[in-house]
Amino acid sequence: MDNHILEVNNLHVSFKTRNGEVPAVRGVNFSLKKGETLAIVGESGFGKSVTAKSIMQLLPKQNTIIPEGEILYEGKDLLKFSKKEIQNVRGSDISMVFQDPMTSLNPTMKIGKQIMEGLSRHMSLTKKQARERAKEMLELVGIPNTEARLDAYPHQFSGGMRQRVVIAIALACNPKVLIADEPTTALDVTIQAQILRLMRGLQEKMDTAIVLITHDLGVVANMADRVAVMYAGEVVEQGTLDEIFYSPQHPYTLGLLRSMPNLDAPRTEPLIPIPGSPPDPASLGTGCPFAARCPYTMKVCHDHNPDYTAVSGTQAVRCWLQDERTPEEHVPEVIRKGRQTSEIAADQAAIDAAGGVPV
Amino acid sequence: MTTIQPNDGDFKNLRSQDRPAEPSADLFVPQPLDSTVREELAAPAPTFWKEAWERLFKNKGAVVSLVLLIILSAMSLIGPSMNEFTYREQHIPHSNLPPKVAGLEWLGFDGKDVNGVDQYTQRGVETNYWFGTDEFGRDLWTRVWKGTQISLFIALVAAFLDLVIGVIYGGISAYYGGRIDNFMQRIIEILTGIPNLIVIILFILILEPGIRSIILAMIITGWVGMARVVRGQMLQLKGQEFVLASRTLGASDSRLMRKHLLPNVMGPIIVTVMFTIPTAIFFEAFLSFIGLGLQAPLASLGVLIEDGYDAIRSFPYKLLIPAVVISLVMICFNLLADGLRDALDPKMRK
Amino acid sequence: MTHELKEQHTTNAGQDDLLVVSDLKKHFRLNRKTVLKAVDGISFSIKKGETLGLVGESGCGKSTVGRTLTRIYEPTDGEVHFDGLKLKGRLDGKTKKRINRDVQMIFQDPYSSLNPRMTVSEIISEGLVIHNPDMSQKDREKRVHELLLLVGLNKNHAGRYPHEFSGGQRQRIGIARALAVEPKFIVADEPIAALDVSIQAQIVNLLKELQEERGLTYLFIAHDLSMVKYISDRIAVMYLGKIVELAGSEALYEKPLHPYTQALLSAIPLPDPEKERTREQIVLTGDVPSPTDIPSGCRFRTRCPFAMDSCAVIDPEFREVEPGHSVACHLYDAEIMAKEGKELKTV
Repeated sequence: MDNHILEVNNLHVSFKTRNGEVPAVRGVNFSLKKGETLAIVGESGFGKSVTAKSIMQLLPKQNTIIPEGEILYEGKDLLKFSKKEIQNVRGSDISMVFQDPMTSLNPTMKIGKQIMEGLSRHMSLTKKQARERAKEMLELVGIPNTEARLDAYPHQFSGGMRQRVVIAIALACNPKVLIADEPTTALDVTIQAQILRLMRGLQEKMDTAIVLITHDLGVVANMADRVAVMYAGEVVEQGTLDEIFYSPQHPYTLGLLRSMPNLDAPRTEPLIPIPGSPPDPASLGTGCPFAARCPYTMKVCHDHNPDYTAVSGTQAVRCWLQDERTPEEHVPEVIRKGRQTSEIAADQAAIDAAGGVPV
Repeated sequence: MTTIQPNDGDFKNLRSQDRPAEPSADLFVPQPLDSTVREELAAPAPTFWKEAWERLFKNKGAVVSLVLLIILSAMSLIGPSMNEFTYREQHIPHSNLPPKVAGLEWLGFDGKDVNGVDQYTQRGVETNYWFGTDEFGRDLWTRVWKGTQISLFIALVAAFLDLVIGVIYGGISAYYGGRIDNFMQRIIEILTGIPNLIVIILFILILEPGIRSIILAMIITGWVGMARVVRGQMLQLKGQEFVLASRTLGASDSRLMRKHLLPNVMGPIIVTVMFTIPTAIFFEAFLSFIGLGLQAPLASLGVLIEDGYDAIRSFPYKLLIPAVVISLVMICFNLLADGLRDALDPKMRK
Repeated sequence: MTHELKEQHTTNAGQDDLLVVSDLKKHFRLNRKTVLKAVDGISFSIKKGETLGLVGESGCGKSTVGRTLTRIYEPTDGEVHFDGLKLKGRLDGKTKKRINRDVQMIFQDPYSSLNPRMTVSEIISEGLVIHNPDMSQKDREKRVHELLLLVGLNKNHAGRYPHEFSGGQRQRIGIARALAVEPKFIVADEPIAALDVSIQAQIVNLLKELQEERGLTYLFIAHDLSMVKYISDRIAVMYLGKIVELAGSEALYEKPLHPYTQALLSAIPLPDPEKERTREQIVLTGDVPSPTDIPSGCRFRTRCPFAMDSCAVIDPEFREVEPGHSVACHLYDAEIMAKEGKELKTV
């Protein structure tokens, strides 16, 4: 446990609306080691951002309910923190980069001041030291002519430059965890490449753990060490980068990968879309949320939501296809492979449990 | 996949605590949904207007105001004919009688003046004047409701004309844009540059005082606010893709206005009108109060307040009653407009 | 009527070209001093039944091209030949009406592209009301139902309002609206950019099917190069109001010539971890210059890793360097390279 800097256990988040409570996050589990990048992938409205914001406790208090779950930062539950305690964590231990660089900076405040704000708050630096550090940070994120830039206003920067500033602010206090919520979605591809390269470089230098929230599987492949795939407020599958891309076990993950065109594949090969539309979070039943769109749906899927099955030491999936009662012929080729490894894993676990001596 | 070590840190926390009952084995049979079900929609969602109504009815202040306004408007129509007096009929022997209602004596409607003398018994008046009489012996009940009627009439007509002019002006200005917009906006700026009290006073001095000239005076500058609201909204809408789509289909200007632009600015228009009405009522009262409004024997709430103000010490009821009515009308309109704004604001929609 | 028009404007366009654009310009005057040159002289042609992809970063003018072709904007200069019509300057009513029928557009944002106060049936039938005012209510309804089925929805959806639908469904409604008037040419302006990944493939497949069934011609505008490659026959790359490279989609990906295309292609993150780990990325420095203040000579020189002295002076000509592959870059111009004393880049 000591190697986990952040751990989210069975997190549920609901919103109060006029039509009653709507669940946005329905039992999310993940953990983050020091210096690693965990990508949370999923489509819009599936609770990725809500999960991120609930870690930082940035959700509006009056209409948010967190009925259960815990968010452990270095073993302490952030959900039990007082307002003051959480403010001390925000920005210094955990910081966040938002999607839109146009609105995440205060337009009436000089860039330098915005960077220094967190510094003087969390690191108790003098004004002069803070300014020095701000200058350093701007240099670090690749903004030239730092002295003059400190006294510039956000509108004098381009979109890519602003996102660099946002990253500089986020990293100024050497946070241990950086939550990046779609950090490059609003940017053009050439600028996106710059920002991703910058984030990777900074991560190496500062050993920050990153929670990267994105819908772009390309960005995931470029950045992540591990991946959690979210669907309708649940993590339906998680595993290492290679496991998710080369041996996806959940039909949704599989569908996502198949619906993307491959640059190397010939154009004649048709894309395989996921049919239907994402479900409305207000009207989810007790079944697997993906059942309505899944090509492998079984009777059980409509009313029973599967639990996690460990497929390997690092990959776990929530799908009934993993259940041994599922008829062999119904399980597609790709997933059968996973079943075998899962059996191996189970054997291995049994062996470990028996004291490491094969019976 | 050679090194498989279910390491306790990764998965220990994965299993949910509240695992539902284990499903039976016979459920493990393929049962895909057919594709039509996938595109099925939920039950019909309410339309915009229906939803707005629902939201408005949840707002207690707005509902109470709406009910009060309906009562007040009804009274302004039937009130003047509820007794045998007319608003202009003078009856000098009955002048300056305090209000008296049989059964409501405990509320102050006891016919006693400021000195505690019952004027009705002293002067031997048989009939009860519910809101008392003025210095010419005219029945104030009749005059108050007649005045409410005239005030509301002036406000409604002024607001309606503001609406018509403002929507047309703002719509044209925004829709055609460019030089036309530029020119039309300069005119608005000039109009707002002149203090509107001066414009109105000049206007009334030139025309004969009366309902018509007050209305004219009020709309001469009043439509500017509406024009600005409409123009701002339309400029935003003009660039929306559904408007572009309609233009690529070759929709005519009038079709674009009727079908795409106006229905989408109705909300802000209604709200602006609702805020214009109390302003107009107040303005009419103000004009009457400074003596530029209606002339006797016509009554409006402003005229009554002005009359009552002159006699505030000896006959406070003359001021109090019309003041309460005008306050009620204005508060109700404002609360209702507030409620409508919340109900119609698209930003409030989720 | 069509016949007459054809005779009136005999065009020099190729037999099977549906659309030929020559030197199209669209400038916006922002104020007395600044002019935004959104589209600054571009030429291309699209064959009947073909899809031309138009890619570039935001602000490069690709959407303006689409809007100028659909006549939402009046072009500042240039000539467009469309299906036997010569379009130049202000159009007369008759020609305008034909363009409004034959050229349709699919928009980017499925949320703002449908009027929230109209039912789906009203939205789809708008074109029918405008172009076939004599059509009976019943026929119109029938047509709306056909169109809904065609795009994968059903007739129960006709009476609903847009806010009841998901993004992908809304985009289908937008497609049905465009198809209602039986257009020949469709400008698809980033039709999938605002959609979820799992939905994008649905829409792209639908567009492809419709093209095969009805022989539609597309201009597919996008910034997502992998989808563009998938749907387009040829691709044009735009940078700051000009086309810098145009080639068949396979050729463009296998052998990008312009340094900008090369950088753009290498900047797309691939959904394949193995490739991401091994490939060399060209990361461009700096930002796109403002279209109100375009650099002299070659527009790309401020970010180009190969910029030479000539690039600041001479605007590179858009030339065909091998059959079907055109590029605007001095690196492939023997004369300029000789002057610079550098080796000519071979194609």
